[in-house]
Amino acid sequence: METTAFQKIYTKITQITKATCSLQASGIGYEELATVNGRLAQVVKINGDIVTLQIFSGTEGIPTNAEVIFMGHPPSLKVGEELAGRFFNAYGQPIDGGPEVEGEEREIGGPSVNPVRRKQPSELIATGIAGIDLNNTLVTGQKIPFFADPDQPFNQVMAMVALRAKADKIILGGMGLTNDDYLYYKNVFDNAGALDRIISFVNTTENPPVERLLVPDMALTAAEYFAYDKKETVLVLLTDMTLYADALSIVSNRMDQIPSKDSMPGSLYSDLAKIYEKAVQFPEGGSITIIAVTTLSSGDITHAIPDNTGYITEGQLFLRRDSDIGKVIVDPFRSLSRLKQLVIGKQTRKDHPQVMNAAVRLYADASNAKTKLENGFDLTDYDVRTMNFAREYSNDLLAIDVNIDTTMMLDKAWELFGKHFSKAEVGIKQEFVDLYWPR
Amino acid sequence: MEKNKLTTGKVAGIIANLVIVDVDGPVSQNEICFINLSGVRLMAEVIKVLGKKAYTQVFESTRGLKVGESVEFMGHMLEVTLGPGILSRNFDGLQNDLDKMEGTFLRRGEYTAPINVDQEWEFTPLAKTGDVVKAGDWLGEVKENWIGHKIMVPFKFDGKYTVKNVKTGGTYKASEPVAVLTDKDGREVNVSMIQKWPVKVPIKAYADKPRPYRLMETGVRIIDTMNPIVEGGTGFVPGPFGSGKTVLQHALSKQAEADLIIVAACGERANEVVEIFTEFPELDDPRTGRKLMERTTIIANTSNMPVAAREASVYTAMTIGEYYRSMGLKVLLLADSTSRWAQALREMSNRMEELPGPDAFPMDLPAIISSFYARAGYVYLNNGSTGSITFIGTVSPAGGNLKEPVTESTKKAARCFFALSQQRADSKRYPAVDPIDSYSKYLEYPELQEYLSENISPDWLGSVLEAKNLLLRGKEAYEQINILGDDGVPIDYHLRYWKSEVIDFVILQQDAFDKIDASTPIERQKEMLGKVLDVCRTDFDFDSFEEVNPYFKRVINVFKQMNYSLYQSGDFKKYESELDAIINERKAA
Repeated sequence: METTAFQKIYTKITQITKATCSLQASGIGYEELATVNGRLAQVVKINGDIVTLQIFSGTEGIPTNAEVIFMGHPPSLKVGEELAGRFFNAYGQPIDGGPEVEGEEREIGGPSVNPVRRKQPSELIATGIAGIDLNNTLVTGQKIPFFADPDQPFNQVMAMVALRAKADKIILGGMGLTNDDYLYYKNVFDNAGALDRIISFVNTTENPPVERLLVPDMALTAAEYFAYDKKETVLVLLTDMTLYADALSIVSNRMDQIPSKDSMPGSLYSDLAKIYEKAVQFPEGGSITIIAVTTLSSGDITHAIPDNTGYITEGQLFLRRDSDIGKVIVDPFRSLSRLKQLVIGKQTRKDHPQVMNAAVRLYADASNAKTKLENGFDLTDYDVRTMNFAREYSNDLLAIDVNIDTTMMLDKAWELFGKHFSKAEVGIKQEFVDLYWPR
Repeated sequence: MEKNKLTTGKVAGIIANLVIVDVDGPVSQNEICFINLSGVRLMAEVIKVLGKKAYTQVFESTRGLKVGESVEFMGHMLEVTLGPGILSRNFDGLQNDLDKMEGTFLRRGEYTAPINVDQEWEFTPLAKTGDVVKAGDWLGEVKENWIGHKIMVPFKFDGKYTVKNVKTGGTYKASEPVAVLTDKDGREVNVSMIQKWPVKVPIKAYADKPRPYRLMETGVRIIDTMNPIVEGGTGFVPGPFGSGKTVLQHALSKQAEADLIIVAACGERANEVVEIFTEFPELDDPRTGRKLMERTTIIANTSNMPVAAREASVYTAMTIGEYYRSMGLKVLLLADSTSRWAQALREMSNRMEELPGPDAFPMDLPAIISSFYARAGYVYLNNGSTGSITFIGTVSPAGGNLKEPVTESTKKAARCFFALSQQRADSKRYPAVDPIDSYSKYLEYPELQEYLSENISPDWLGSVLEAKNLLLRGKEAYEQINILGDDGVPIDYHLRYWKSEVIDFVILQQDAFDKIDASTPIERQKEMLGKVLDVCRTDFDFDSFEEVNPYFKRVINVFKQMNYSLYQSGDFKKYESELDAIINERKAA
């Protein structure tokens, strides 16, 4: 970020708040970058000749005579093949000791894809986890978050999905990631020999929170380069979007905006949508798939962050510890992949949709039976059978340690149906019962 | 209205997409202006005026905009262009033709013509010299896809005109004059196939707007049978995410018995729009045998597109609907989701530092929503023919809570309420329309009751109410069973519960992804409801409650197989007789 000649240096700051400072300046573009005593800042408001700058790392120690230099362009990232295998901070500067990346400089947070130039997502992403592949199949070009409490092993599951997904590039956008989790990802990818296809933009808990706001746009600008320019399959991992939204609320609060639900800014929906909608399948072959993490506070999905996220993303995945089998499972009730209809029964076996629904319905019956049991009522024979079914279904299919292909998952489900139920109780279309009912 | 000299201005302040402009002349509220950004023209709308300062909302990103840039005011509000060639197109919220835009990414300041003015159309005159006409009267007709697209006296024309001449049948360009009218002062005006209209003003070129009364078939049983919507009616679908709003909307857009469908994708996922224009060109419209896309127009302002244009998108869609209604057509307008539009209003109101109403929404939200819903309706045109706009909007209530401002405001405006329930969605009972909470006010209309009695059967309404009552009784019985235990209640409670489950599984639940079950014609709905009610009215003999559950599971299973079979096919009949046999097993003597 060297300064060139002729650049005007301003030194009269008229107002300083916790995150912003204002000064008189002219000819400044909206969203332009600046440095304030060397710290990066961005124009967030212009009123006449008063320009308000948001300083990403905070205003601690900024004097009223700080040197302000405007850079004449919005935040940008240099893109090129050299990005592969590299680790960057939120500003796109290398943190792995390597050299600066040379390449074409692109503004981050660029324009949206024209909806008529998108292709309908149609390529299945196999993860081997039946809770995902069987019940909530993922598709390239999809955007889907894990809704998880902070104690759940979402980072592990996400790393597993990323490695099995056979993506050309995996881009990790870490926001408020603990240093330990950052090292975990680095190790897992390293051990899998995948480091050369990983690109990371990381803001750890040690960095100022407002810097996080740049991470998703950095990650997605890199993703667009590989998916659009290079026609590659790109998987973007964003963790944790709740911390990103928290940073948004800090900024909006300091800008004196009226908060809406849960003290989040009124524009939360649009802010999140701009990120998630970067997920796309290009007709020319490249794609961006986004898997994110939204941490919940004790499972509350009515909070503004998961709520707005749920309306934007194409489904959500819930993890839950099943105490009956002592394993973490993908919750079949609350998880949903909206795009699964595009591939199940088409790229997978024809009975897939019906088997999936029947199994979940029977699992729901089991949970009713369980409630009955807890309330001290007698169980019918059917109740007992559903509970037995549920235990095996959970253990053999829903648990996250399962790693089999979809056809084996379907066969397993039929096996369980045959073992515990009559054909009428399962209620699947006759043509499939004739084909697959275990004899 | 035209001003001699158009007002200009200079940018004075920028806060996200709110741009404050110093103006040098008169400006009007909602006037459109273009802001210059190093050669790119950004469209904006005036939303507040304070002395010499106009507050404008820009329909694009303002990145890089500088104070002092020039602004041109256009002297009119946001307008749409109306004429042949609108059908089957994909527009953005400002009626730019998305297919005509260059490149994969949307570039700001790129505005494309909604209608090809040079396209030629086969014109047939409908009016003749000497006819006295007024706004909305038909002068001629061109064939657009399969519909007779009427060329009308422009809606902006005030008072009565006399037709001086109309072109004879032949091929003309859309922009060519096809008629000459004289106004009361004898001045002559040319009329071409194209006209413009401001989107925020309702088109009222009709004679009368009576109460609607004709059933609009959707093929969705829980709507047609239980909570019917009428041609020209209004309804809304609130539901938490994942409860199936979009699947239901898509089902309606595929199956509803309308001449044309306008889908306003307002602040929703881009992939959902992609689904429509990937699948609709392939799918057949069962009524006309043509492709579904031929009757569908999409207004796509997806969630990543500029926020301010979201509000415009629903108005653009409604205005296009009103235009086609004036041709005597049945229009179905779907907006997904009106909550996003309300949120766009909230973002702007916040930037203008207005005092907020509930949940930080603007205070006039209920008024905005109800005047929008009021634009739908069934009308008699000046020439006696009828046209209609049926409007169904979805609402995405924050946290799934139906007590939030957008849902509450909409509930006051819309007459059908299709509440999607999380609980039903969780147990995969789709469509997850809650049978108890949902309602259709139209069922109380004597006009509709008469229509149903004539067109379906005289006892139809009675059967529907009976089914609704059985569902409620079943729910009560289920609660009792849950409190007292299976053996703590009489067997009759189990029967009541399971009879309501038969209605639930066979009538209410419908597989939107099954070719046959996805859409049920009203005749088939009538037969199935009759059959289900026959079962519900039957007295059964059971010795213990344990026999009830497996027995009714069998009943439901056979019924479902019927739903999956082609109507009146061999399979259908086979399952029907199987069902009769099962019923006879347990029928009380």
